[in-house]
Amino acid sequence: MRRIAAITRSPLIVAFVAGLALAGCASKQTPNNAADLGLSGGAGSGIAATPGSSQDFTVNVGDRIFFDTDSTVIRADAQQTLARQAQWLNQYGNYGITVEGHADERGTREYNLALSARRAAATRDYLASQGVAANRIRTISYGKERPVAVCDNISCWSQNRRAVTLLDGAGS
Amino acid sequence: MMRFLKTCIAIGALALTGALVATMSARAQLQIDVTQGVVEPMPIAVTDFLSSDNVGAEITGVIEANLRRSGLFAPISKSAFIERISNPDVAPRFNDWTVINAQALVTGRVTQEADGRLRAEYRLWDTFSGQQVVGEQYFANRQNWRRIAHIISDSIYQNLTGESGYFDTRIVYVDEQGPKNQRVKRLAIMDQDGANQRTLTDGSAIVLTPRFSPTRQEITYMSYEGGTPQVYLLQIETGQRELVGNFPGMTFAPRFSPDGQRIVMSLLREDGNSNIYMMDLRSRTTTRLTNSNAIDTSPTYSPDGTKVAFTSDRGGRPHIYVMGSDGSNPTRISFGDGSYSTPVWSPRGDLIAFTKQSAGQFQIGVMRIDGSGERILSTGHLQEGPTWAPNGRVIMFFREASGSAGPTLHSIDLTGRNEQRIATPNFGSDPAWSPLLE
Repeated sequence: MRRIAAITRSPLIVAFVAGLALAGCASKQTPNNAADLGLSGGAGSGIAATPGSSQDFTVNVGDRIFFDTDSTVIRADAQQTLARQAQWLNQYGNYGITVEGHADERGTREYNLALSARRAAATRDYLASQGVAANRIRTISYGKERPVAVCDNISCWSQNRRAVTLLDGAGS
Repeated sequence: MMRFLKTCIAIGALALTGALVATMSARAQLQIDVTQGVVEPMPIAVTDFLSSDNVGAEITGVIEANLRRSGLFAPISKSAFIERISNPDVAPRFNDWTVINAQALVTGRVTQEADGRLRAEYRLWDTFSGQQVVGEQYFANRQNWRRIAHIISDSIYQNLTGESGYFDTRIVYVDEQGPKNQRVKRLAIMDQDGANQRTLTDGSAIVLTPRFSPTRQEITYMSYEGGTPQVYLLQIETGQRELVGNFPGMTFAPRFSPDGQRIVMSLLREDGNSNIYMMDLRSRTTTRLTNSNAIDTSPTYSPDGTKVAFTSDRGGRPHIYVMGSDGSNPTRISFGDGSYSTPVWSPRGDLIAFTKQSAGQFQIGVMRIDGSGERILSTGHLQEGPTWAPNGRVIMFFREASGSAGPTLHSIDLTGRNEQRIATPNFGSDPAWSPLLE
């Protein structure tokens, strides 16, 4: 089920200065779900955030990737996001992370728990392939129990088929 | 558990043997065939049980509601009644009941014993043959008056259909409150008619997929309370909880074996795939039943315990498979278009209920255990989670309409004709039907 393709390094990575020194001051206020604030999951939006902070990770790196319907394949756009995540995590090696797997509502509860567990594992494995130590990564599956977008159409369901990388101590 | 003392009562004029003969002959005439689907429910008159307070009328109100909800009976409005029952120990004037087309008549009386318990006597009459079908009495504490009504409802159902009833049962389900993206989920329990609601967990952790033990007042469910989502056991009466097994990863999709001594469930492997395991609750030993690089989940035992049906995407899409309860010979049984999941074996053993996704819709259906004879009972935007009444004639499930704020509980009989909303105080999902209470 895993498909790990060659990655393209993103040109959007900013040079972080003094990030390590500031990492300990990472904001505790960053919400779990950036989408709740209207922040995109993509990178390079250029919002000023303290390098090495969880806000920096969420906004400038992108904390989430999305999946196709009933799929656990890491898409090309998701590979770019995960490559950025891995580079950031490799730079700020003091963070442990939790990868949350989620599904949309178009599946049964139990199957979606299994499906989103596989999404979380595929995300974990991709990050590990990019050099993030496996013992820094915890995974948890939420099935369809924690949608970010509450809605009723295809474009909205696609936002819920996601894996979210949370910096431990920065989120929930 | 409280015990009900049940005795048969014969009407004064009839000798016991005569009453039995009358029962036999009455049954032959007054019988509903539940397998064909009832287009015209049987008209039945349920008279208020005589009592010195309103408990008699309350009991008959619950009986009427049960019978009506079954779809098999049409209780006649009391305003149409001609005879007023003043002494339930003597035969009614049958002509007064046949003339309003009451094919069956229920009479009764509720009195209080010296020790404070209620004594409920009831008789079921075949009005056209002019015979008593059955007469019984029950004793119970006053606070259990609804159970008296449910037990009498089961007796009426059984005597008129030949099938055991399902009214003296409870439903455990997931109570849902709050916005959808931060929904608080609690285990809740209620009588099958929605009465006597109470919650079993405090909402601090997500809880999902409660399932009743077929043999005890015990449920198994999945909870996020320990950080890693895992399967737990809960004794309903004592509130005692325990983790099932000691597994490193997520465990989910639990169900009891027919004897209540084992649990089948999914265990998440390190590679992200889910396999099915069986845990013996006495010896605490676990056995792996599947070992595939696919999602294997939603296991359900056959009522004889020899087989397990489950969902797997090993063939590409989710489909239903059946294997021996030792994991042998997994065989795919669903072949229709779309995806099939959450198989649930009927307590009668003859059918498997399932959730199907096809053409953008969700369907609740049944098929024979070899996959043949698929019948869709209900179609909607989002509906899933079938659970069987203990007599195998009614299925409950949950549904969320397009654009609605949350899920609701519904029951449907096997003909697919009689669907009923089961009212809950908040949103509700994942219903699980109890066995008949003791």
